[in-house]
Amino acid sequence: MNYTIIHNNQTIDIATIPQLEYDVFFDLNSNFILDHSERHCVNYFGYKVENDIKLICCIADDDTHEIFVSSCLVNNTNDYHSFSAKLLCFEKFEREIHENFGIKYLNHPWLKPVRYAFNRFDKTKTIANYPFFSIDSEELHEVGVGPIHAGIIEPGHFRFICNGEQILHLEIQLGYQHRGIEDLFLKKKKLLQRSTLAENIAGDTTVGHTTAFANITESLCGFQKPREIEFGRTIALELERIAVHTGDLSGICTDIAYQLGSSVFGRLRTPIINFLQEWCGNRLGKGLIRPGVNQFPFTPELAKRIIEILDSFEHDFVEMNKELFKLPSALSRFERTGVVSKEDILNIGAVGMVARMNYLNRDIRVSHPNSIYSELNHEPIIKHHGDVYSRVQIRRQEVIQSIKHIRKLVENVPEISKEKVGLGKPKTNSFTISLVEGWRGEICHCAITDSNGELVIYKIKDPSFHNWLALALAVRNNEISDFPINNKSFNLSYCGHDL
Amino acid sequence: MLDNLKILYHQGKQFIPNVQTAKVPGIFRGRPIISSEKVNEVELVEICPTNAITANPLAIDLGKCTFCGECAKCFPNKIQFTTDYKLATNLRENLIVKEGDQNAIQINQDKIRNEIKNFFGNSLKLRQVCAGGDNSCEWELNAANNVQFDMGRFGIEFVASPRHADGIVITGPITENMAEPLQICYDAIPNPKIIVLASTDAISGGIFENSPAVDRSFLNKYPIDLYLPGNPVHPLTIINGLLGLTKR
Repeated sequence: MNYTIIHNNQTIDIATIPQLEYDVFFDLNSNFILDHSERHCVNYFGYKVENDIKLICCIADDDTHEIFVSSCLVNNTNDYHSFSAKLLCFEKFEREIHENFGIKYLNHPWLKPVRYAFNRFDKTKTIANYPFFSIDSEELHEVGVGPIHAGIIEPGHFRFICNGEQILHLEIQLGYQHRGIEDLFLKKKKLLQRSTLAENIAGDTTVGHTTAFANITESLCGFQKPREIEFGRTIALELERIAVHTGDLSGICTDIAYQLGSSVFGRLRTPIINFLQEWCGNRLGKGLIRPGVNQFPFTPELAKRIIEILDSFEHDFVEMNKELFKLPSALSRFERTGVVSKEDILNIGAVGMVARMNYLNRDIRVSHPNSIYSELNHEPIIKHHGDVYSRVQIRRQEVIQSIKHIRKLVENVPEISKEKVGLGKPKTNSFTISLVEGWRGEICHCAITDSNGELVIYKIKDPSFHNWLALALAVRNNEISDFPINNKSFNLSYCGHDL
Repeated sequence: MLDNLKILYHQGKQFIPNVQTAKVPGIFRGRPIISSEKVNEVELVEICPTNAITANPLAIDLGKCTFCGECAKCFPNKIQFTTDYKLATNLRENLIVKEGDQNAIQINQDKIRNEIKNFFGNSLKLRQVCAGGDNSCEWELNAANNVQFDMGRFGIEFVASPRHADGIVITGPITENMAEPLQICYDAIPNPKIIVLASTDAISGGIFENSPAVDRSFLNKYPIDLYLPGNPVHPLTIINGLLGLTKR
C-alpha cells in the first residue's frame, strides 16, 4: 500500500508513512479526492529534510473516519506538476509550499504569495508589492480596502474590480498578521510557552486551537485522558461556539443597520463569556486548557450556574431571532446575497459552516469525533442555499443545538480524580494529527518529532485557510455595498490564516 | 411593534451603572500581590512563559505577564492575583509589581502631557490599529462599546479614519508586515495625538517578544501615553485607563 491509514489523534512512527515518487504521490492524492465529496485535504505541507523538502499530504475520509497519509521528497531544482491545476482545493497549500521552500510548479493557476512569512524562500517579494490581478478596461474601476479597516478588526487587504456598483472580482491579500507562530513552536521549548502560543493562534478560537494542541501533545506523550478532561473541553468548545455565533449575529444586524438585533445579540454574548471567566478567570478561555492536566475542573456548582445562565439566555435569544427572521427588511438583505454554489464549495474544499451552508456535510464532531462527541449523537445543521441567509440560519440553529448538548452533558458531571498522572515524554520519530471542530470549522494541527522527541515541525491549519476563497467567490456579482454583510456572515480569521 | 417593546422590556437594565466601582464576576486574574514568604525563586522565575517574573526582589512585570496564573497555582502563598482590574498606567515602570506592593496601579497625573487634558477631556476619538493582535483584544475593545460597558457615555469613541482621530490604540506585537501601514496611519492623525498600547502583546510583545516576524521599532520613536495590560485587556481596564488619562 502506498499510503497509511490513521485516525484522529493517533500517533504513528514517521517511517511507516510511505515515501512515494512525485508522479505516484500526485495520482494517489488526486484520485482520493476526485469524485469523492466525502473526502477532502485536511493538511498538505512540507518541511526540510537535509537538502530536500518532504511533503506530507493528509486526506480525510468522512464516511470511514480515516485519514490517509502519504509523503514525497521534492527539491527546488526540479519542476513539478501542480495538484491545483486538477483540483482547486490544493491551491493554497501549494502556494504555501512554493512560498516557503521555492518549489517550482509548472501549471499552478495562481502561484502568488500566501502570507509573506519572515522565513519565505524569496525575500525580494514583499507585502507592499503584491501582484494584484487587474483588468485593462475603461469601463471598470478598482476599489482597495485595507489593510487597516474602518472598524476594530484585524488587517487584510481587499481589492475589488467593479463595474459600477457591481463586484466582478475580489482578491484578498493577507499576511499582515504573520507573527511566525509555527517557528516559535519549535524555538520555545517549555510546555506552558507552547500552550500560550496555541492560545494566541486565533484569540477568538482559543478553546478550539488549545484543544487541538493539547490533544496532539497528549497523543505524542501517550497520555490517557480521564473523562473529566474530555468533558471540560467539550463544554468549552460548545460555549465558544455559542458566544461567537451570538456575537456574529450582532455584527450581522449592525451591518444591515438593525439596531435592536445588534444590541440584544451583543449583550447576550456577555453572560456566556463571563461564565468562562467564572470558570477559568478569562473571558475567552485563555488558561483553561492545558495538555495533561485538568487546569480548572468543571464542578457540579458550575453545572448549576451554566444551566441558570442558559435558561435566561435561550429565552431572549429565541425571542430576538423570531423577530429578526420575520422582518422583511432583514430578510431581503440576507436572501440570495453572497451565494456560493455547491460545486464551488466542493472544488475549493471548504470546511465547517461554509461547507454546511450548501449541502456539504462536513463536521469533525461526526466524521472524526474527538473527545466525547460520539456520545452526543450530534447531527450537523445543513443548509441548501449558500447565501447569507443560510449562514445566519446555521448560527441560529447551532447555538440552540450547542445549548442542548451542554444541557445533556451537565446531567452527569464526572468526578474529579485526585490522582495526578504525569504527561510523560513525547515519542521519538513520530507523526501526529489532531482535528477539532471549532466554531468556524475544522482545525488541524500536525506535529513531527525527531530522534530526541523534539518537535521538527508544528503545522497549524485554521479553517479560514480553506474558506477565504469562498468569500471572494461569494461577493461576485453582488453590490459592493453588500460586502460588509458578506464578510461578517463568513467571519474568517486573519491571524489564524497568517500565523 | 408590541413584540419590539416586549423584547426591550425583557432586556431589563443592561448597562453597568458605575464602571469605576463595578465588580467582575468569578475568578478574574487582575493585579497580583506578592507576599514576603521565602520560596525557591529560581523555580518560580522559571515557570513564567514570558519571563515576566524577576528575582531579587521578586517582581512581576504586568507588561509582560500573560495572566495565565501558573505562578500563583504553583506558589499560592507567594503570589495571588486579585480581582483589581484597574491596571492601566502612563509609566512603564508602574507595571512592575514588587514583593510587598499592596497599592493600586496609578496613572501619574503629573506626567500626563498638558494638551491631553486640555483637548481630550470631554471627547476622545480613537483609531484602532491591529498589528498582529489575535482578535481577542479587538473583541474586548469592541465590548467596551457595547450596551453593557457603554464607553460612549464618556464621549470616548472609536472612529473609522485616522483623520478623525485624536490618537491610536495599538493591539498586537506589531508584525513586520504591519509596521509600514501602522506608521502611515499614525502620520495621518492630526496633532496633538496619543498612543495607547492595549494588551500584553502590544506592551512588550508578550510571547512574541523575540519573534523574527515582529518589528517594534515604531514604539521607540514616540512617547507612549497609556499602557493597558491584560491578555486580553478587560473592558473595565480599558475604560478606567482612558478616563484616568483624559478626564480632568
